[in-house]
Amino acid sequence: MKLKLPNPGLDDRIPSHEDLERMETEEAGDRPKWDNKAQYLLTCVGFCVGLGNVWRFPYLCQSHGGGAFMIPFLILLVLEGIPLLHLEFAIGQRLRKGSVGVWRAINPYLTGVGIASLLVSFLVGMYYNTIMAWIMWYLFNSFQDPLPWSQCPLNANSTGLVAECARSTTVDYFWYRETLNTSAAIDDAGGLQWWMVLALFAAWTLLYVCCIRGIETSGKAVYITSTLPYLVLTIFLIRGLTLKGSTQGIKYLFTPDVDELMNPQTWLDAGAQVFYSFSLAFGGLISFSSYNSVHNNCEQDAVLISIINGCTSVYSATVIYSIIGFRATQKFDECQGDNILHLINAFDYPENSITIDNYDQVLTNLNQTNPDIIQGLPLKTCDMQNLLSQGVEGTGLAFIVFTEAIIKMPVSPLWAVLFFIMLFCLGLSTMFGNIEGVVVPLQDLRILPQTWPKEVFTGLTCLISFALGLIFTLRSGNYWLALFDNFAGSIPLLVIGFCEMFSVIYIYGIDRFNKDIEFMVGHKPNIFWQATWRVISPLIMIFILIFYFVTQVTKDLTYLVWDEEAANFPVLEARPYPSWIYVIIFILAGIPSLAIPIFALFKFFQRKCCKDKSYKDHPVDTISAKIEMNGKAKF
Amino acid sequence: MIAYADFKIESLAYFSKKMPNHVRWVLQQIKSRIERLNALFRPVMHYNCSAHHEGTNMTEEASNISSDTAAYPWSKNEMFLFRAALAFAMRDYTNGEEFGVSDIHPCDETKRVSFWFVVTRPNTTDLVDKGTVEMAIKKSRNRINGAFLLTDQTLEFDGIYPTLAAPVSPDTPPWLIVFGVVMGAVSVGIIALLAYPLVQRKLKKNKDADDEDSDEETGVKTAEIGANDGIYNSTFSDDERFTQM
Repeated sequence: MKLKLPNPGLDDRIPSHEDLERMETEEAGDRPKWDNKAQYLLTCVGFCVGLGNVWRFPYLCQSHGGGAFMIPFLILLVLEGIPLLHLEFAIGQRLRKGSVGVWRAINPYLTGVGIASLLVSFLVGMYYNTIMAWIMWYLFNSFQDPLPWSQCPLNANSTGLVAECARSTTVDYFWYRETLNTSAAIDDAGGLQWWMVLALFAAWTLLYVCCIRGIETSGKAVYITSTLPYLVLTIFLIRGLTLKGSTQGIKYLFTPDVDELMNPQTWLDAGAQVFYSFSLAFGGLISFSSYNSVHNNCEQDAVLISIINGCTSVYSATVIYSIIGFRATQKFDECQGDNILHLINAFDYPENSITIDNYDQVLTNLNQTNPDIIQGLPLKTCDMQNLLSQGVEGTGLAFIVFTEAIIKMPVSPLWAVLFFIMLFCLGLSTMFGNIEGVVVPLQDLRILPQTWPKEVFTGLTCLISFALGLIFTLRSGNYWLALFDNFAGSIPLLVIGFCEMFSVIYIYGIDRFNKDIEFMVGHKPNIFWQATWRVISPLIMIFILIFYFVTQVTKDLTYLVWDEEAANFPVLEARPYPSWIYVIIFILAGIPSLAIPIFALFKFFQRKCCKDKSYKDHPVDTISAKIEMNGKAKF
Repeated sequence: MIAYADFKIESLAYFSKKMPNHVRWVLQQIKSRIERLNALFRPVMHYNCSAHHEGTNMTEEASNISSDTAAYPWSKNEMFLFRAALAFAMRDYTNGEEFGVSDIHPCDETKRVSFWFVVTRPNTTDLVDKGTVEMAIKKSRNRINGAFLLTDQTLEFDGIYPTLAAPVSPDTPPWLIVFGVVMGAVSVGIIALLAYPLVQRKLKKNKDADDEDSDEETGVKTAEIGANDGIYNSTFSDDERFTQM
């Protein structure tokens, strides 16, 4: 399919191959560069590998048929993830600009794609760093023994535990009450929670100090933030495998259920997970790759990073589920132990006469002989499968399920510190990419004076994001975050991703792109890349986009609240959103997506009405323009 | 000071076989039976315990339950220790009344290390009322636990609830300390990173002021420095420096 849309003036907007060679040898100073290849790879791996690998993928894997989920995941990884990644790397390396610069160079009407990336990076960065603030809060609280989420506080007159805590669990209470102090509805804003504001401030200032000069500083930080999570995961794996019940968890995770492959939702979730997990369409990857040398092998990088990302997902799923298995076994043993105790007390049996193994047998016997006594006892059903499938995604996994597992391990504070440091590093390295995706386009857009140093741009971004992010420190902050997570980081990204692919292949031109890659890497991209770029990946993206859109629009918009007065407390209750939320949803999802056509129209009208000033677009090519007067004069 | 708390401890340490066994003693409802007992018994030292409580006759009927050896090694000696500990508790509470081991009467021991007991005043057969015994046990609970190396969770007096230890709350929450450390490090980092280029620029300026040779590459070459490196074309030069008028 040799479709190519007309794109006049492209050669004037982009550096030619000769220009690139010249820039390569001369090392024009104003663009940052990577110190070495390892720094670049670690930064990209850090950006791609994030919290989603730890707390989204294991849940999807387990709920969509365990081992069988690997099949759609791997297929879509190869057909969707790797081609898109290669495309972003290649275009960034070729055009040597951030996202706005790249799309503006391809065609000024496409600047909207870059702006959409900027907006999405900004919105996602805002709420992602709030999650970092939560992680930091838990990290700060991990330096004590006993851990604060292992005990309920006493109530006002010290006669018992606080009711909310006694009815739910200590970890729930610590998360919903002492950390979030959550209200019962999104309308009920509550006030700013000062401890959360402090934690958010800490998160943003720490991010600022790492990103203050772009990749000069963040490039040093990634040596730690990208490698430490792997170390901690390994430590947890070893620790987890020595705990009782861990193998049950791993078995539960990987037990394949091939029927799930027939369910289209499985494929949709796999595709969405691949797309989001690669941090595509944020603009950060384009930026990072633009700092490479021109002849860097971006094809190899794309494949390598995709493999690393996929393997990390599977590895962290194994680790998480070994700990989940341990927790489930502990809870099962406790539950069963209570039942056994009730029986022993009721019938005065000697100790250890009933064990977990013969409990069922004994119960059936006793039910036949003394049914009335058995009825009177408060026996609970202990269901291992239920315990294994409990709330194991998102913040629920990290702050409720995993913390509960940690307090049951010996030397809990150590494991808590390690776990939260790992989550922190995972999130921080992703935030580097986000900040890159905001700051560089901001510089390219030339809204603010160019002479301002990069530190000011970064500082402004962090400051404004912090100020707006205070909404997440309200009592209803958790609900706002869920809203942002569902809408700001989903549909706009799919739209941008599709537009990126379409622009490069059909507006920039696949022929030109092939030649560029041949120039940069040394060989033309083979049939796999051609097929995926032109047909397969765009089709997959359209499918996912349409299905996602349809499911979002048709389902009732509800959110889960923590309400003490609810009937099923402590189970979260689903409540419908108030009607003004739809405006917010439109702002979050619609504005970045609509930025693309709106900006195209804006540019169109600008061109039309200012046609006489079009000479500005074509600078006169003279010799004197090429002489540089900054100390490197060539007389 | 032990504060009273009506809170029942739910779970017991079942999953570890190393933990001492759950031992349960049941305190008799003495107060309501004092009249009946006084009617029933003459002052003798020997008690028929089965008349003391109206519990249902729960015997071990299921035959397929094994092991009559308790995990906690219960023996007559242990029972003696219990009686001694309780006598101590009574002495401690009543400030000197000389309770002896013989004043504590256990009865209806089951295989499960669970039994009732009554307490009589020293040298008499008057029963001590339940309230007093309860208060005595509450006061010396730790000592009784300690005698058996058990805890509130593993040694239960039915009806006497263990007191709740208030969670330790330090003056400064530990998280604020860690927060302070992190913020301090971050502030130092920001200041250092922001000041570094300024300091570098200042050093460079000083270096420039010191040696002017760095101007060599730019600007026009003057006679002192190197204008004479090239070939001097003397076509247009005069022998005399000053023009003849």
